[in-house]
Amino acid sequence: MNKIVEKKILNPTITLMEIDAPYIAKKAEPGQFIIVRPNDDSERIPLTIAGFDRIKGTVRIIFQVVGATTMELNDLNEGDYVSDFVGPLGNPTEIEGLKNVAVIGGGVGCAIAYPVAKKLYESGANVTSIIGFRNKDLVILEDEFRNCSNTFKLMTDDGSTGEKGLVTNALESLILSGEKYDEVIAIGPLIMMKFVVELTKRYNIKTVVSMNPIMIDGTGMCGGCRLTIGGKTKFACVDGPDFDGFLVDFDEAMSRNRQYQEFEKHAREKHCNLFNKEAN
Amino acid sequence: MPNMSLTKNPMPVQDPNIRNKNFDEVALGYTESIAIDEAKRCLNCKNPKCMTGCPVKINIPKFINNVSLGKFEEAFNIIYNSSSLPAVCGRVCPQETQCEKECIRGTKGEAVAIGRLERFVADYHNKYSNSSINVKEYNGHKVAVIGSGPSGLTCAGDLAKMGYKVTIYEALHEAGGVLVYGIPEFRLPKSIVKKEVENLSKLGVDIETNMVIGKVLSIDELLNDYKYDAVYIASGAGLPKFMGIPGENLKGVFSANEILTRTNLMKAYKKDSNTPILLGNNVAIVGGGNVAMDACRVAKRLGSENVYIIYRRSLDELPARKEEIEHAMKEGIIFKTLTNPTRIIGDEFGNVKEIEVVDMTLGEPDSSLRRRPIKIEGSEHTIKMDSVIMALGTSPNPLIKATTIGLDTNEHGGIITDEFGKTSKEGVYAGGDAVTGAATVILAMGAGKTAAQAIDEYIKSKYA
Repeated sequence: MNKIVEKKILNPTITLMEIDAPYIAKKAEPGQFIIVRPNDDSERIPLTIAGFDRIKGTVRIIFQVVGATTMELNDLNEGDYVSDFVGPLGNPTEIEGLKNVAVIGGGVGCAIAYPVAKKLYESGANVTSIIGFRNKDLVILEDEFRNCSNTFKLMTDDGSTGEKGLVTNALESLILSGEKYDEVIAIGPLIMMKFVVELTKRYNIKTVVSMNPIMIDGTGMCGGCRLTIGGKTKFACVDGPDFDGFLVDFDEAMSRNRQYQEFEKHAREKHCNLFNKEAN
Repeated sequence: MPNMSLTKNPMPVQDPNIRNKNFDEVALGYTESIAIDEAKRCLNCKNPKCMTGCPVKINIPKFINNVSLGKFEEAFNIIYNSSSLPAVCGRVCPQETQCEKECIRGTKGEAVAIGRLERFVADYHNKYSNSSINVKEYNGHKVAVIGSGPSGLTCAGDLAKMGYKVTIYEALHEAGGVLVYGIPEFRLPKSIVKKEVENLSKLGVDIETNMVIGKVLSIDELLNDYKYDAVYIASGAGLPKFMGIPGENLKGVFSANEILTRTNLMKAYKKDSNTPILLGNNVAIVGGGNVAMDACRVAKRLGSENVYIIYRRSLDELPARKEEIEHAMKEGIIFKTLTNPTRIIGDEFGNVKEIEVVDMTLGEPDSSLRRRPIKIEGSEHTIKMDSVIMALGTSPNPLIKATTIGLDTNEHGGIITDEFGKTSKEGVYAGGDAVTGAATVILAMGAGKTAAQAIDEYIKSKYA
């Protein structure tokens, strides 16, 4: 049981929680993830760590409400407890030796990209942050990114704030204007990471992506999170979640992530049904 | 006068066509009168061979003699002296290759049903006993146990009985290891595992769930910062193997671990579970061990109509327990032996559509002493399939190895130990599947027992 010490609604679909987890807070590094089970009968879901406070002993998670489990998590409030909170799992993002880095975040992926950008910035690297959202209402962590970036670009699909366009448009214009990057780190929807990689392949800039497939245990046991990386099967939980973007089979990963889409939709509707909830 | 019947008292079981639609326990257990009758088949040998076949050296004739006299609680105490998980072992031990294999009655007719009697005694105790457990006085020393599977539970129980303060660190949200995530409800009801775990808690053992050792804490931290005098690693063999054939990452291909974990640990077998499990009507399980039998029987119970075991050798070489194979056959599982998958074919959405297999024949025995399967060229054909479950075995979990300097492992990832469980690192012991790779519950328990003894001697000599 871990206490929710803070809950903040960042936008209508994205919530931030600070969870009391001193053991994990002591060890966590950007890029790693936790597994949370909101209630005793919930599923286990992986969420990449969005921050940690080693002194207070808290771990920050930022999640989008997409299915039944994230909805159950979102139903909990400050002072409530999550049933289980396990981590830190997976390998930290490698930042050693990086001098010029473009960190790209898409949607809720920005929550995970932020601690990476911050760590890079604090290590003295020159950080370009490009974050993208569908529209103004969905923007999160804008100020936080600004404070840890040498160059900052905010993109929206509809131009309601920042620049109109995709993160790849911003990245390409920066590259064309002569910016040089040792590495691009892209974290967001699979389709965004796929297109970032297609772009950086053309310019031959090493690109690291953070994968978030379906998982149960998060320790290498179920194999549900397997991905094809350079023609070989890898487990995101123990071999990742960061991988060389040039080697990832994104189409397969997108297909695998849709495995339980119908079930999830149904579970979410069931969860939403107020009548059922009352009846229970 | 002993009962000279040549056959065991049969185990009462649920009807195959009813049980293949539910998750209730298949074997119903002996009644008191059947147990007494069966116990009378034991000749109480002067030189009991059965005990040599038991990895934890239970005094088998003595407990059976007590059963024959109706002294069930005495019988329980005799077993409990050697085994901390009798209700589990009575159900899942491969008795036919251990104690019962050595039983003298087996030379003419069937061996005494030692396993069924053990189960009876343990269940009787769990049902009727209210005897309190004696908690030994704390001897001032702490031991950490990594993993709460059969090996960890046994080692922790034995150490607690010696007066050690034991903390078990478990990575999942529930204690029991393979007993809760792997072995299905119909073969080992989870209430039984829970009871065994509760008994350990009564002995003073602390169980910390959700602690992935190697990640949240290292072995060195446990020894140096948390001041444990010794650590026992029983982290099991959790990493599933795949075949490496095309199509293995299609939707609908699973490891047996995933299906069993979803069903058992995440309770997908219950109607109101939040955990999805979508197998479809045609399901192939690749492999022939006990895990494959568990997976196929789970698939059948979840409602899949045509469930196949695909195994590259013949029926005679199936490594699963005979009893499990018979149960599976009676429940309507289709055995396609001498068959090996070559690829899995998907539809336009990336879902499994067919499995392509080849026929096999058996050649000369190989290094495993089993006849080597040889592919029959040109015999490729496809079978319509909705999902494929790989039950090819597992390898030891790499998380601890990766973060523990000075802990030697072999080329399969198993931790290297001496015969008492001592590793290359001082104060660190290991046993069970983490050392041997996937094996049986009772062997893991045996290793836990041996290591508890070795840890006791190590700590005593350190403070002598």
